[in-house]
Amino acid sequence: MLKHFLQTTLKNIPAAVYVALVYFFIFLPVGVLLLFSFQDSLLPIPPFQGPSLRWYQAIFTDFRIMQALGNSLMVGVVSAALSCFLGFLAAYGLARYPVRGSGAIQWLLVAPLSVSYLIIGMGLLITFKTMAIPKSLSAVIIGHVVINLPLAFAIIYSQMGEQHANLERAARDLGAAEWQVLVLITLPLLWPALMASFFLSFTLSWDEFIIALLVSRFDVTLPVEIWSLLRSGLNPKTNAIGSMVFIVSILLVIITEMAVFGRRKSK
Amino acid sequence: MSQMVDIKRISKSFGKTIALSEIDLTIEEGQFFALVGPSGSGKTTLLNILGGFVEPSAGRVFIAGQDVSSQPPARRPTTSMFQDYALFPHMSVGANVGFGLLMRKIPRAQRVSRVAAALEMVGLSGMSARRIHQLSGGQQQRVALARALVVEPKVLLLDEPLGALDLNLRRQMQQELLHIQKQVGTTFVHVTHDQEEAMSIADVITVMNNGHIEDVGPPARVYMKPRTLFTATFMGESNIFKGTVAARSDDSMAVDTAFGRLKVTGAAELGARVNLSIRPEQIIAADGEIQGQVPLGVLQVEEVSFFGTHHRCLGRHVKSNLPMIIRLPQHQAVGIGQDLNLSVQREDVVLLTQ
Repeated sequence: MLKHFLQTTLKNIPAAVYVALVYFFIFLPVGVLLLFSFQDSLLPIPPFQGPSLRWYQAIFTDFRIMQALGNSLMVGVVSAALSCFLGFLAAYGLARYPVRGSGAIQWLLVAPLSVSYLIIGMGLLITFKTMAIPKSLSAVIIGHVVINLPLAFAIIYSQMGEQHANLERAARDLGAAEWQVLVLITLPLLWPALMASFFLSFTLSWDEFIIALLVSRFDVTLPVEIWSLLRSGLNPKTNAIGSMVFIVSILLVIITEMAVFGRRKSK
Repeated sequence: MSQMVDIKRISKSFGKTIALSEIDLTIEEGQFFALVGPSGSGKTTLLNILGGFVEPSAGRVFIAGQDVSSQPPARRPTTSMFQDYALFPHMSVGANVGFGLLMRKIPRAQRVSRVAAALEMVGLSGMSARRIHQLSGGQQQRVALARALVVEPKVLLLDEPLGALDLNLRRQMQQELLHIQKQVGTTFVHVTHDQEEAMSIADVITVMNNGHIEDVGPPARVYMKPRTLFTATFMGESNIFKGTVAARSDDSMAVDTAFGRLKVTGAAELGARVNLSIRPEQIIAADGEIQGQVPLGVLQVEEVSFFGTHHRCLGRHVKSNLPMIIRLPQHQAVGIGQDLNLSVQREDVVLLTQ
């Protein structure tokens, strides 16, 4: 008994150490960032002194950072909502109606996922220039819709199978008009997929830096603001902002997981 | 009884494949009507045309005297019970059943009482607040039936609704469907590929094959006096053999067959080659004396298997070497190699006109 227990435990030790090391290296930078956001001196380097909330106080009273934060929230919400809306329309059309060249259209919709943000950003920059669209937060929103629409489309489309089509058919059979089918059947059934693509799109927009840097000018998003802070050297303030960005992202990922997987479990 | 459904020269093709060709069919009010046929025979397409889910390529559909050919499903006086039930997973049982009433803008109080009555009818009283995923397959089936019937459709369309159930539950649900249909008096149109199911529940059966109708009639007539070769073989087992018309009078003919000259009712040209059919259970086999009116000769038994209700024997007709199937009563066990004298009642030999 004891021998058996020891054997299995000993066999599992290397695996456990390996997993611990993986997580250690993944979360080390984040941990260090979080820890030194509570640093009570002018430089975010060891030795750790504190803890103190002075840098959090500093960022919450910094007008430019707060404005960038507001911009990021606005860009995130608007671009995520637009991506979901457009993604839903594309998915609905392709899933419910026979469309000529449907395969090619789907491929084109999803293709931008494989292009790097830098290339997309440069492309947008050139396009905006020729179309005389000035650098602005609106331009950033357009850029973020470009990168998030494929994702939203893919998530929503994957949930619009034959089974949902049958349910819509049953609703029509029972006398529902098209708008009633949409509001009472299609959208409630797609709710988890819509939530998932909204929060995922928001998270990606919230973190996105390259496109935001290239196509914005005076009003900037938080990642761009952090970058300009970093250019003037290390500062515990940047740690505090970084920690905040990280915590918001993690919260959104958790909400997304609950929206998608929580529902699935209850079925 | 008046005519409830009138299908006039309905055709449907999907690209180059013809699913239905010029179907004419009438269904009386209050009938339990079964469409039976192998997969690909067009029975589901016809049901979808009745429900408005598929547009016919040609022809018209009348329900309760009204031309509904161009009406969408929502406007038709029909509801459906789907094969996968298609219950709304995000709604309670009560909300599912009440959905059609809500769409018809029935006031809330009335809705609640009608939903309760419909649930009681299918034996699910008090389950209104349950979620769909909490119900068993059989219960979901009943919810689907209640949801379709609560809006009091003129015609209920059933698309193989019992297909997913195991045999015992299936037989039980057949009885209940029949019972509920007699109770509400609604016209039921039931699609199935199970011949026994069709015969046991329907007032009238339509046998479909390859997009056309092979036979329409009461189950007993369709089974015992099939009109066509396909019906004879699809609706249970049958012995099919060929013959030549040797003589004919007003309503009967003499046909020369491997079993000798047989008298049958029906009409065909003198000298024509025709198919005849005899059901295996209608053949009387005996060791000695011949008991039926028409002697068929001697059968040598080659294989025997016991089916509970009967023994099924495969053998060869000694004189003609034709393979035959016969069903013997439970107590009449026979051995392989045994010779049996076969005979049949005169009316059990059926002339197949096509």
